Amino acid sequence: MAIISYREALNQAMREEMERDENVFIMGEEVGYYNGAYKVTQGLLQRFSERRVIDAPIAEMGFAGIGIGAAMVGLRPIIEFMTWNFSLVAIDQIVNNAAKLYQMSGGQYNVPIVFRGPGGPAVQVSSQHSQSFESYYAHVPGLKVVMPSTAYDAKGLLKTAIRDNNPVVFIEGETLYNSTWEVPETEYLIPIGKSDVKREGKDITLIAWSKMVWTCMDAAKVLADEGIECEVVDLRTLRPLDIDTVADSVKKTGRAVIVEVGWPVAGFGAEVAYQVQKLCMDYLDAPVDRVTSDDVPMPYAKNLEDEVQPQIKDVVAAVKRALYLE
Amino acid sequence: MATASISTPDTKRIEPPDDSPVDTTPEELAPLYRQMLAIRRMEEAAAKGYSQGKIGGFLHLIIGQEAVCVGAIAALQTDDYVVATYREHGHAYAKGVSARSILAELYGKKTGCVKGLGGSMHIFDKTKNFLGGYGIVGGHVPIAAGAAMASKYRGDKRVTQCFFGEGASTIGGFAEGLSLAALWKLPVVLICENNQYSMGTPLYRSLAVEDVSLRALAHGIARDRFDGDDVIKVKRRLAEAVERARTTGEPTLVEVVTYRFRGHSMSDPGLYRTKDEVEEWKRRDPLQRSRARLLEIGFPETDLEALEGDVKAEIEDAVKFAEESPPADEYLPYVTKPDDQEAR
Repeated sequence: MAIISYREALNQAMREEMERDENVFIMGEEVGYYNGAYKVTQGLLQRFSERRVIDAPIAEMGFAGIGIGAAMVGLRPIIEFMTWNFSLVAIDQIVNNAAKLYQMSGGQYNVPIVFRGPGGPAVQVSSQHSQSFESYYAHVPGLKVVMPSTAYDAKGLLKTAIRDNNPVVFIEGETLYNSTWEVPETEYLIPIGKSDVKREGKDITLIAWSKMVWTCMDAAKVLADEGIECEVVDLRTLRPLDIDTVADSVKKTGRAVIVEVGWPVAGFGAEVAYQVQKLCMDYLDAPVDRVTSDDVPMPYAKNLEDEVQPQIKDVVAAVKRALYLE
Repeated sequence: MATASISTPDTKRIEPPDDSPVDTTPEELAPLYRQMLAIRRMEEAAAKGYSQGKIGGFLHLIIGQEAVCVGAIAALQTDDYVVATYREHGHAYAKGVSARSILAELYGKKTGCVKGLGGSMHIFDKTKNFLGGYGIVGGHVPIAAGAAMASKYRGDKRVTQCFFGEGASTIGGFAEGLSLAALWKLPVVLICENNQYSMGTPLYRSLAVEDVSLRALAHGIARDRFDGDDVIKVKRRLAEAVERARTTGEPTLVEVVTYRFRGHSMSDPGLYRTKDEVEEWKRRDPLQRSRARLLEIGFPETDLEALEGDVKAEIEDAVKFAEESPPADEYLPYVTKPDDQEAR
C-alpha cells in the first residue's frame, strides 16, 4: 500500500484507463498544457499527446455536447469541468442529452461519458464558486452521481465510472485534493452504487458523502471521548443510492443524522431521510435529523463562510439532540 | 460561393430567387423526387393521424422544405452521420429510416423506431447512422460536432451533417458548436434550414443580420447560401461541403433558404404571415418543380405515375402498420444501460 493524495489517485485512475482503452480521452479547460487548474491531469498530455488530452476553450456547453456526441458513436470521453460551478452552462447537455439519450433512442444510443471536476464549497471564493450541485444531478434519471471522500475511493470509483456505459457525474471534493489515504499498488475497482461504513458504532448512524464524511469522522472522535459511538456511512454514490447499507446501520443504531454541505431545501439528504424513515420506522428511537449548510449563498469572509457550513460542533449537537442529551 | 476568405457581407435576402435549372438526369432526379413525395405523403398521413387523436404531443411538419433534407442527405454516404431537430421525419426518411417505423413511433407503438419512447421529436436509428431528432433548439449542434470529433479521432473519414433552423442561430449551442467545429477542424456540415420563421417570429425580428451564413466569416470557415427549392441544386451545393469535410476535415456553414407551408406545429394556424405570402411560396413547391423537371428531361409520364402509385402504397402500408401495431409496453429497461461484463 502506498499513501497518496486524492489528486494523485484521480490522476492514476485516468492514466490507467487511458492506457487500457484507446477510446478514452480527456477534454476540458486547461487540462493539457496547464496540467489542470487543480493539477489533476498533471503529466497526461506528455504521456498521451494532444489527440487524447484536449484543451478546450471556455465553452462548457459546447465541449460537454461534443463529448456526448463522441460517446454516442463509441468513444469514452472524460469531460473535466474546472469546477462544477461552471457546469450550469452545460446542464442542458447533461440533463437533456446525456441523461436521456439511451431512453429517447429506445436503447440504441448509450452515452459512456464521465463529467468530472471539483465541487462543493472551496475556500473564500464566495457565492458563485462555492456550491454543491449533487442534488441537482441526483434528481435526474439516466445519470449516475458519484462523490468519493478518500483517495482510495476516488481511484477505484473513477476507474469504474470510465468503464460505465452511462453518463456519470463525478464530483470531487474541492478541498480534498491534498488529503491522503492508503491505496493499493495493484489494480482495483469499486462498484458504483455501494455505500461504505467508514467507522463502526452502536449508538447512532451518521450519513454523509464527500467532504462531510471527514467532518463526521472528526465529530465521531469527539463524541467517542464522551462515550458515544457513532457509525459513519459514506454513501460514495448518490445515484444509484445504496439504501440497504444505510438502513442496516440505522436498524442497528436506532438513530440517524444526515450531514450534507449543500443547501437544506430539497437537498439530497431529504431523500435519504425519507427512505430511512420508510424502511426503519419500527427501529427509530428519534426523528431522523439533518445538518446542512445555511440557506444562503456562500459569503466570502472566512468567519462567515465557516459559520454557514456544517462544523464538527454542529454534528456533535445534532447527535446529542438525537440521543436526547441536550 | 463557398469560400473561407472574407467577402463582402450579403445582408439581403435572396431576391429574386435563382431559378436557373441544374443539369441532371432522370436516374438522379427520380429517386430524389420519390423520397420527397414519400415524405410529403408521410407528413400528410401524420397530420391526419394527429387530427384523429391517434398522434399526440407536438407534431412539426416539414411540408414545403422537403428538398433541403433530401438533397443534402443525397450528398452523403451510408456510413455518414445525420443529426437533426424536432422537425426531422423527412431527414430520417432520407437517411433510410422506414416510413413504417417513423409513423409507428408517432402513433406511440412498440414497433416505432424508438419503441414509442420518443415520439415525433426523437426519431433515432442507429442502423442508419441517424443520430436523432432533438427537441432543445441548438442543443444538438455540439452533439453533431462530437460525432465529427469522433470521426477525426479515429480517422474514419465519415462526415456528419447537422440540420437546424435559422431560429437556432441565436442560441448558445449553435455558437459554441460552430466555434469548436471551426477551431478543431471537425468534419461536420452545419446546415441552416432557413424557413424564415422561428415559430412565429420572422427573421427581421430575430436577427440583426438576416444572413446566418455570415457567421462562418468570424470563424474562418467556408460558407454557402442559396435557395432550397431545387433538390438537385441542394445536392450539388452540399456535395461540395461534404467533400471539403471528407478530404480536408473542415466544416462548412451552409444556409438554405426555404419555406414551411404549414404552421410551426399542428396547433399553429400561422396568423403571423399573409395568405399571399404562403401562396407565393407554394408556387415554388419543390415537389411540383422536380416533377415538371422530370417530365422535361424525358422521364416517361407513365413511369412517374407508377412511382407515385408506389409511394401511395408505401405510405398506406405504413399507416396500416402503425395503426395495427401493439402499443408501447416498456420503458424501465432503457434508463441506464447495464454494464458489459467483459469490460470489467
